[in-house]
Amino acid sequence: MFKCKTVWNKLAPLARASSTLCLQNARKSALRHGRRLEMVQKAQMSSGPAGGGGENTLYYVLIGATCLGAGVYAYRTVSEDKDRYNERMTEIVSRPKQGPQAAEAVAEVVAESKEEPVAEEPTLTEADVESTESEPIAEAPVTKPIVEEPVTEPTVQASIPEPTVESPIREPVVEASVIEPVAEAPAVTQNEEPLAPVVESETEPTAVIIAEHVPEASSVSESAAVPKAAPAAEPVEPTAAPSDVPEHAPYLLIGGGTASFAAARSIRARDPGARVLIVTEESDLPYMRPPLSKELWFSDDPKAIETLHFKQWNGKERSIYFQPPSFYVSPADLAKVENGGVAVLTGRKVVHMDVRGNKVKLSDGAEISYEKCLIATGGVPRNLQVIERAGEEVMKRTTLFRKIEDFRSLEKISGEVKSIIIIGGGFLGSELACALGRRSTDVGLEVIQMFPEKGNMGKVLPEYLSNWTTEKVRKEGVSVITDAVVKNVTYKNDKLEIKLKDGRLFKTDHIVAAVGLEPSVDLAKSAGLEVDSDFGGYRVNAELQACSNIWVAGDAACFYDIKLGRRRVEHHDHAVVSGRLAGENMTGASKPYWHQSMFWSDLGPDVGYEAIGIVDSSLPTVGVFAKATAKDTPKAATEQSGTGIRSESETEAVAGALKAKTTATPPPIQQKEDYGKGVIFYLRDQVVVGIVLWNVFNRMPIARKIIKDGEQHADLNEVAKLFNIHED
Amino acid sequence: MSYCKQEGKDRIIFVTKEDHEAPSNAELIEDDPNDPYEDHGLILPNGDINWNCPCLGGMASGPCGQQFKDAFSCFHYSKEEVKGSDCVENFRSMQECMQKYPELYPQEDDNDSAPSGGADNAPSDSVPTSSPESTPATTENPAAS
Repeated sequence: MFKCKTVWNKLAPLARASSTLCLQNARKSALRHGRRLEMVQKAQMSSGPAGGGGENTLYYVLIGATCLGAGVYAYRTVSEDKDRYNERMTEIVSRPKQGPQAAEAVAEVVAESKEEPVAEEPTLTEADVESTESEPIAEAPVTKPIVEEPVTEPTVQASIPEPTVESPIREPVVEASVIEPVAEAPAVTQNEEPLAPVVESETEPTAVIIAEHVPEASSVSESAAVPKAAPAAEPVEPTAAPSDVPEHAPYLLIGGGTASFAAARSIRARDPGARVLIVTEESDLPYMRPPLSKELWFSDDPKAIETLHFKQWNGKERSIYFQPPSFYVSPADLAKVENGGVAVLTGRKVVHMDVRGNKVKLSDGAEISYEKCLIATGGVPRNLQVIERAGEEVMKRTTLFRKIEDFRSLEKISGEVKSIIIIGGGFLGSELACALGRRSTDVGLEVIQMFPEKGNMGKVLPEYLSNWTTEKVRKEGVSVITDAVVKNVTYKNDKLEIKLKDGRLFKTDHIVAAVGLEPSVDLAKSAGLEVDSDFGGYRVNAELQACSNIWVAGDAACFYDIKLGRRRVEHHDHAVVSGRLAGENMTGASKPYWHQSMFWSDLGPDVGYEAIGIVDSSLPTVGVFAKATAKDTPKAATEQSGTGIRSESETEAVAGALKAKTTATPPPIQQKEDYGKGVIFYLRDQVVVGIVLWNVFNRMPIARKIIKDGEQHADLNEVAKLFNIHED
Repeated sequence: MSYCKQEGKDRIIFVTKEDHEAPSNAELIEDDPNDPYEDHGLILPNGDINWNCPCLGGMASGPCGQQFKDAFSCFHYSKEEVKGSDCVENFRSMQECMQKYPELYPQEDDNDSAPSGGADNAPSDSVPTSSPESTPATTENPAAS
């Protein structure tokens, strides 16, 4: 800084002199020109400004000389300074090596470098000085753009100075900026000495020399940031420095949901010692979604919101997380741990995929190369356009429900507001409506559900069942508005006003939009992967493969089902099945999608069904019903099988509970309705492509078999007999 | 008395218990035991152990997965009179490993007994707390008692 000032001081009088000269000349010539123009306009057009003759030439010569003189002066000053600087550095080196002194010397040197006429650098280099003595983490935001590679690669250091070298004057600055990553790196030893010679060597303006000394720099980097701990490489900490990102993962799974976890498990089971890295945007470890809209709302435990443990009807408790944190290996250890393992890198998004180079790039710039990759990015909840256009106040009061944080936020809101409206009549909307409806009587909450269809699950169940279901939902305390198309939403007088196309107006405090899922296909462009235009999602073949080393599973996969054709399925069991299959295929199995996944839904304690295949209400259906008894309820089903996750009821034997707590015995259920329990077949060209088991449980294997056969059955009543619907 | 009604494209049949007493004459296709596409239970057709069976939960994939596989394979192929008696070492190292992760493998009193009676009981010793899998028809014990 001082240098800058002295230089300027020296130059200033010169500058002033030359500028006044310029001004005077300009005025004179302007005046002259002005007069001349007035007198002889036309003749002078083409040679206007230069036509002034002698005075102008002199003028230009004078300006030119001034500029040249200034330039020469500046150059001389700067090169003198540089020589002085180099002398200084050699002097420092020749001093006896003592740790703190060297550090101070570096600090001094860095301080001196600030005197260069680049005013903006000082703040950066000051930060650097501090970084050698204080937390590298605090500095991270400032230097992030410069540090791009994990420090374990010595050769990387060479590339770091480049972005910061902007002019030939900046050698000292270059050195300073190299110190930054040096300072930031995880510290291993307590040795600060070697810093000095490295610094000296780096002051050479040539990049070659910098490259040579880079290996030293990296070893120094290990020692420089000593006093402050290396950024803790914990798998769950999203703000850890890039050093905890492994550079290579044999199995890379993008996305940390159900499909990804199932694939990880599958890979580990089939490839002994496999090293699997899961990269997820979320800050949570992999968890299952169904309880977020079902069991967690019915839990008696007030701490359930925090712990995310839920108790099932029979007292068995489990967590929504697939595995506790101790199951996972930390990403930094993944390459070294003896028998391999599964590591989860949270809080990172994969933004770019290089298929030819077999590597991905994260949002923070880190790169990970892979051998096999799974894309299991799931999707994001869709929103209504009318809400998006409605402005900030409306958006603030709208929940798009998908993740743990959405559950926690909605749970909190449900205790605070007086009225909630749920838009959407599908699985999620209906389940949330029932869950909130249950609370409505306890806490004085008004719950309204509205959707364009004629009844709940209108796109899934045939009309008669959809109507029946709607009545059940109403009994849960929900005010159901059918044939409702939202026209606009406004925020007025501290209330949200929803206006429907038919003119009806509703006022509420909060909106939950459950209108579908948009599959996340952000990587399609960079990876060159096909996106399906009919169903959305990445287009993959029957083996869930998109191209040589890339598979896709879960909500984001539009796959070819050999039996049922191309589809995209958004259910929990499908995520598990497809994740498992992808994991198998990533370890060489080459199996197509064969085991049909199922899905289930409970709408309150009385209505529950399991389904498999293509269950689309636009298909012709044949329903076979019997009268239900008190034993035919979802509650009874879970008590029998011991699990609320009904995809597992087939493989579950009751083993016990974590902590068996006594549950109140459920009140006896009276079933007077016509559609108590039964089987509904969905037909496409006379072939059964979908089956709904209505209040009939533990019969899924039979349903699966019928769909697998794909036969044309003359009398579906005969097929229905296979289910023994009158039995338990 | 069963009766039938039609609502548009949807047909609804109500049946009594008696109506469904007669065995079904619907034809189902024979299952091919060697179908390469089918999911298998714990034991594959060639006699090997299917480590990816949902019934095992996370046993073969967790931090002690290798020890578990060694111990269980030894047991599976053991030809001793008391099956698995030659596998004590394997089971001991598996135990040691599991004790390092009490959260994943809750220690129970019946932990010490080696799996008896075959595959089905293996996971009952000590199992990860939660494992959602779907379903070939085999047993799975996600939570230890």
